[in-house]
Amino acid sequence: MRDALARAITEAARQRSDVVLVVADISPAAALKTFLDENPTRIVDVGVSEQAMIGMAAGLAMTGLRPFTYTIAPFALYRPLEQIRVDLAYQDLPVVVVGVGAGLSYSALGATHHTIEDVAIASAIPNITVVAPCDPAETQAAVDASFGLTGPMYLRLGKSGEPDLTVDAPEPFVLGRIRCLAQGSGTAVIGYGPLLDMAFQAADLASAPRPSIYSAHTIKPLDVERVDRILRDYDHVIVLEEHVENGGLGMRVRARAQQVGASDTAITAFHLPDRFLHTYGSKDDLIGPEGISVEELAAAIRRDVRHGR
Amino acid sequence: MTPPGSQMQPTVGTPRLHQSAARCRRHRRRILEVSQKVDALHVAPAFSCMEIVDTIMNVAMDAPFGGQDAFILSKGHGAMAQYVVLEEAGILDPASVDRISQSGSSVGGHPDRGVPGVIASTGSLGHGLPIALGIARGNRERGVTGRVFVVMSDGELMEGSVWEALLLGPSLGISEVTIVIDHNGSISRGEIVNVQPNLLPVAPKLAAFGWDTREVDGHDPMALAAALASQTASAPLAIVAATVKGKGVSYMEHQPIWAYRSPSAAEFAQAMSELADPDVPRA
Repeated sequence: MRDALARAITEAARQRSDVVLVVADISPAAALKTFLDENPTRIVDVGVSEQAMIGMAAGLAMTGLRPFTYTIAPFALYRPLEQIRVDLAYQDLPVVVVGVGAGLSYSALGATHHTIEDVAIASAIPNITVVAPCDPAETQAAVDASFGLTGPMYLRLGKSGEPDLTVDAPEPFVLGRIRCLAQGSGTAVIGYGPLLDMAFQAADLASAPRPSIYSAHTIKPLDVERVDRILRDYDHVIVLEEHVENGGLGMRVRARAQQVGASDTAITAFHLPDRFLHTYGSKDDLIGPEGISVEELAAAIRRDVRHGR
Repeated sequence: MTPPGSQMQPTVGTPRLHQSAARCRRHRRRILEVSQKVDALHVAPAFSCMEIVDTIMNVAMDAPFGGQDAFILSKGHGAMAQYVVLEEAGILDPASVDRISQSGSSVGGHPDRGVPGVIASTGSLGHGLPIALGIARGNRERGVTGRVFVVMSDGELMEGSVWEALLLGPSLGISEVTIVIDHNGSISRGEIVNVQPNLLPVAPKLAAFGWDTREVDGHDPMALAAALASQTASAPLAIVAATVKGKGVSYMEHQPIWAYRSPSAAEFAQAMSELADPDVPRA
């Protein structure tokens, strides 16, 4: 996703003279080298200064430029949160705050580097569009779509090596619209971010009717009409997110189910616990013990699991 | 009232500069007038930076708003100082200044982007300088020339974001930004010298961070104008302006209680009398 972002920004900068990059001491992906070679003045490295990164991006946007700020997710969002709220959101400036390595991408580095409350936090702030692409292609599409916005976007990305999940998607990426990635029946899996890969793997493993898989890449504003439709069209909806329950997609889906009276639809939500994870290893090593695995998801698709998670 | 676009060139010694003292008395009287129409107003913080704001906007800038130069009042609680200058320049509607912070008003206690003449929403301290660096850097990218002026309070210097930006400006070779520190020595709960004594003295710290530094009397428009005009291309300029909170009204000066309060009728009369023009008989 990191490389896809770099390619997208590089490509955008070829089309438009207003693209600038503000980075906070992160070695940009090798793919960004092309951007740097082609636009040596269109990057600002602020060093280890995330508040300055956001404030400067606001000022750059005031002059008519389209800044992308870039650092790893916890430092992109949490550290300069008030700058994001006041400088970007309150002033409604078109800055894309890229958080790379969100969720548990940095599973080996401990909870300081985990970003599992960001969707809730960013979504609570007015004017911010929150986007979590599931694969490199959606990352490219999200960058392209950002130029249509007049206000800020928080772009929640994984890190590297994410598989392509959308090449066979029956629907295109449209910002603000939930996207069907695979058409099935009976059960719908709805989620966001690279964790959606698990839905494809679980569908293969489940030996059950294949579920539909949806990418809710735009978490704010959430496509509630489509959520309502999914709640009507399926008797089992599984929400899958690399995020805590509070303020996550699962809560939103449950709230819609209440609101539209979809009481016949079973909802199973896979989310992270409300505590810091003091474990290390791969992402799967961290989420497996929390009940998030291909096997558990496959069981849910088979409806072996009806514990109202 | 000066119509928009008629500002003279920002040269030290112009008539606009010579009229500074009278203009600032007028600004202060206007702020007091407004204070009588609303429940509470940041009067003293505005009086503290009145000459600073007026000299930047009316003397140093190419225009108070809408020209190539930009102004950010990073100490947003001094908003009235900016509003009265914008009002006199014909940019901000007097009727909205009269109703500041009242029900139905779109002009409030801190500057908001979108209010005529205001480019940055401030009120939370430590935001103006990073934004100014971005504007200066963006101007350069866009081939626009123009200075960016930021007025900060000395208490604001305790915010970490300020030091990120102070470190960054010179490192990025940005010389188009000029900051003026309204150095009145006080914060909400007392004197800086008692609360955070290591902030003092201010100027050497700014110089150590790579800023071209001046120290002036913040109520002397001539000194301020000269310092503002001394900017060079080699480094950004930081002016530490010694000021008095509540300057101009004897009972407000150095009195923390006046940070956010409107004078009573009797206090108002006394203040207006102290701020009367010398050639006008005092009431």
